[in-house]
Amino acid sequence: MSVPCLAISNLSATLANGVRVLRSVSLAVEPGVVTALVGESGAGKSMIGKAVLGVLPPSVRIVEGNIALEGIDLGELKPKARRVLVGERAALIPQDPLTALNPSRRIGPQMTDRLVHILGWAGDKADRRVRQLLDEVQIRDPDRVMQSYPHELSGGMRQRVLIAAAFAAEPRLIVADEPTTALDVTVQKQILRLIAELQKEHGTAILFVTHDLGVVAKISQNVSVLYAGKVVEQADTPSLFENPQHAYTRALMAATPRYTDPLASLKPVDETVLAGLASEIAAADRDWVAP
Amino acid sequence: MAEPRAVTRRGDARLWLAGGWLLLALLAAIFAPLIAPQDPLAQDLMFERLPPFWMQGSEPGFWLGTDSLGRDLLSRLIYGGRVAFIVAFAAASAACLVGSALGLIAGYFGGWPDRIVSRIVDVWMAFPPVLFAILLVAVFGTGLTSVIIAIAIIDWTRFCRVIRAEAMSQARMDYVENARIAGFGRIGIMLREVLPNVAPAIVALLSLEMGIAVIVEAILSFVNLSISTDDPTWGGIIAEGRLSIHQAWWILVFPLITLFLTVLSFSQFGEGLKNRFDPVMR
Repeated sequence: MSVPCLAISNLSATLANGVRVLRSVSLAVEPGVVTALVGESGAGKSMIGKAVLGVLPPSVRIVEGNIALEGIDLGELKPKARRVLVGERAALIPQDPLTALNPSRRIGPQMTDRLVHILGWAGDKADRRVRQLLDEVQIRDPDRVMQSYPHELSGGMRQRVLIAAAFAAEPRLIVADEPTTALDVTVQKQILRLIAELQKEHGTAILFVTHDLGVVAKISQNVSVLYAGKVVEQADTPSLFENPQHAYTRALMAATPRYTDPLASLKPVDETVLAGLASEIAAADRDWVAP
Repeated sequence: MAEPRAVTRRGDARLWLAGGWLLLALLAAIFAPLIAPQDPLAQDLMFERLPPFWMQGSEPGFWLGTDSLGRDLLSRLIYGGRVAFIVAFAAASAACLVGSALGLIAGYFGGWPDRIVSRIVDVWMAFPPVLFAILLVAVFGTGLTSVIIAIAIIDWTRFCRVIRAEAMSQARMDYVENARIAGFGRIGIMLREVLPNVAPAIVALLSLEMGIAVIVEAILSFVNLSISTDDPTWGGIIAEGRLSIHQAWWILVFPLITLFLTVLSFSQFGEGLKNRFDPVMR
């Protein structure tokens, strides 16, 4: 078997006050495969993404486990080497396209920055590359967009720009952190389709963080279900939907609204399921000794 | 769309009016020897306290009248502008450079750099600024350079506080995190991503600070602690005018008006430029 693009093993993280936010998380993203990470808000999905990309907030500390990017253990690298490696091989599609672009710089230079300064491309080559990617994300007038400031573009346009920027450097892994959450529903669909298309074309592995099982079903091949920083179920997407093993996964599916019967199907996760989860987590924490 | 446009137009008028006055005053100061109708130092006791041109008893060639030693007021104001502008540009730039650099570092890096800079600023702010300036000039000795240094030493904290707060809020933005992920180092991010976003604030403050420097220089001249007493300065003329306010009000009023317009123009010009600079407001 090949080296996974991203391998997280036994990753635990705590806040400064000792509260565990990630509980021995292990997951792998195979090359060219989309792996979804689902869970409610606060479950630690984004935290895992941030840990991979090395931008955890200072209050969160990784206490055990490791993260390997294409077989290279990131924990063993010096900070600068790690930053450059992640910069070369990984990228982020952020959640909020409104704040993810620098308001006082034009789009073009912002997109070519990484190509020129981290990957050492020549300026005109980077320009051509970015123009080509903007074309791929179906932006009609790449030159005008590159000359624009972020506030001159709509939210959907900005998210396209960010997707193009993420794919521009041909990373092996993209962390997509709820990339459709801040957009309205009609745009969400287009953006999702776009990410799926580019992913296939470029063969990029994606760790797709989302709370939306509908999105999971559309885009991913594998799923990890996360609750309170603990992976409760891992499976390939079709079997997860056909035959969910964990009670929490079933409850999440039941809680997904359906257009056919919007009100009836909208029920919160069952009390007994939550109680079961609580005792499961308590048991895990009892056995766990902070290293 | 009507409202933002109206705002822009008003901002433009402000920018042009303030900029116009500053340009006029600056050109007059630079070309003082060509423009000034009289020698600003020539005394003539026959012509003491002549009134301005529209009043009874004025003399042609002395447009704004003369002071108690018979020196031409307009010429003295024009020459006084030289000192005012040199101090404004030099002192404000020095304060801006030091204050913005420290503020940017403190705000962006946080942690111990921030703690050190913030404590220094706190201590600095505890000194009453004008007394501090007088003390500094007393220590350095009078002269143009010491006035400039004194103003820079007092007022760098103004830049530091504002730029620190701006840099802090920028440092939390997602695009800063994205640059981190892309592999950029902290100093590169500070200069490439954060600095352009605090630049409008720096520009506005710089202009405001020039106005403040003009005032502080005038205050120092007023208490006779600026440059040599021979050279005319606005503060010095005000101090002299105060002595003969009952006989000749114009000696006090004209330098005050000049000072007022200049300081006001600096602050308004800064605000106008800030809006020009800001891509979102533009």
